[in-house]
Amino acid sequence: MCTLDNIIQIIGKEVARLILGLIGVLVVVVVNALVLTWVERKVSGHMQRRIGPKEVGPYGLIQPFADGLKLLAKELLTPANVDKPLYYLAPVIVFIPVLVSFIVIPFDGFLQVKDINVGILVILAFSSLSVLSILIAGWGSNNKYSLIGATRSVAQNIAYEIPLLLTLLPVVFMANSLSLRDIVEAQREGWFVWRWQFFAFLIYFIAATAETNRTPFDLPEAESELVAGFHTEFSGMRFALFFLAEYTNIFIASAIATTFFLGGYLGPVLPGVVWFFIKTYFLVFVIMWFRWTFPRVRFDQLLNFSWKILIPVAFANLIVTGGILKL
Amino acid sequence: MVKEVITGAISLLKGMGVTIKAFFSPVVTVQYPRETINITPRFRGHTKLVADDENPDKTRCIVCGMCERNCPSNSIQVIGEKKEGEKKKILTKYILNFTTCSQCGICVESCPTDALAFSGDYNPASFNKETFYYDLVAEFEKRKK
Repeated sequence: MCTLDNIIQIIGKEVARLILGLIGVLVVVVVNALVLTWVERKVSGHMQRRIGPKEVGPYGLIQPFADGLKLLAKELLTPANVDKPLYYLAPVIVFIPVLVSFIVIPFDGFLQVKDINVGILVILAFSSLSVLSILIAGWGSNNKYSLIGATRSVAQNIAYEIPLLLTLLPVVFMANSLSLRDIVEAQREGWFVWRWQFFAFLIYFIAATAETNRTPFDLPEAESELVAGFHTEFSGMRFALFFLAEYTNIFIASAIATTFFLGGYLGPVLPGVVWFFIKTYFLVFVIMWFRWTFPRVRFDQLLNFSWKILIPVAFANLIVTGGILKL
Repeated sequence: MVKEVITGAISLLKGMGVTIKAFFSPVVTVQYPRETINITPRFRGHTKLVADDENPDKTRCIVCGMCERNCPSNSIQVIGEKKEGEKKKILTKYILNFTTCSQCGICVESCPTDALAFSGDYNPASFNKETFYYDLVAEFEKRKK
């Protein structure tokens, strides 16, 4: 007989957990992207006092499925003179860090694929890979707009990765652990936003907005200047993968903010998963809110803001936190 | 520098206040094919014939032909006939060629009996040019019913 128990016995509990987790993660990634495209269009609409999608299904709820189906059915165009290996690889590489990051995020006390004791390190290490994929995509496309978008993206992501790290470090000091679940558990007495890390949260959130290439830091894909930046030449499912990765990155950035500063899955009455998703999607909403409020920054402003304001403040915060904890 | 950051942050928050207010305000767009708005009275659609005050079954037109003569683009053709036993001419056809009409309103201005007015018809569309050779008498009869 070949029941689920037998299979688990044969391949071992850990492997089974990883496989099940990976399936779960894939489902969450796809569903999240579907939901977020709909939410994004609805939020955009209402911020401009329009309705947004409303024709396909009740309240336009089936719209993302229609769009997804269209993207799946579209021809995969490969422009002439592209660097073929890089061009084909880029959409795949952009997706790997996204999947890996999901493994360590604690959705609930036990709802986590694997609690690695260097959890946050895994996320940060893999998320820097996404810069590489953007550079590959821009370089491989043989298009000036793609290349400009990609180079901008690299400069921007390197500049904003530093404050991102520097604001997560004080929280790690306070929780005394790199494991995401330990960090959440350390917030049982109160969220870290209110426990002296408000500025860290603020800087993290700004840097995360920049890391995910969202407005007002959307220079890599500034549509008024660069058509669509690094993914100009990608069509059909390849474009869909970039799109999926972008929305998943927004989710992950918000999920990390939730885990580190807003108490993760902790909350009264409702189950932990619900709290986790409420907090995360609220932050996602705030990022969309940014998009319809702030105009795009100039490139020198972008880099000055990171190197001259965010990094010094984040450093000062790190030193003060470290000093106080040592005393 | 610090002052700049603070004033900047305040103005950003103000901006976010504006957008969130818009987010919770009611929608202003009209979902066109499903809903339509009322056309303002001064809107200039194609002209229509106005019913007579005393005899609402008939138009005010006396077939004088002023509109036809005054039309700068020769878009109007008034056809009337005099039946036996009646004193006045009776309007039988009023052809308005809407393809050349520019809604200037000279016909409406020049009509001695105010028999012409602008209609509120704002979305005429057709694949066929002949659709726009309106017969206003027929249109009037249709409106009467």
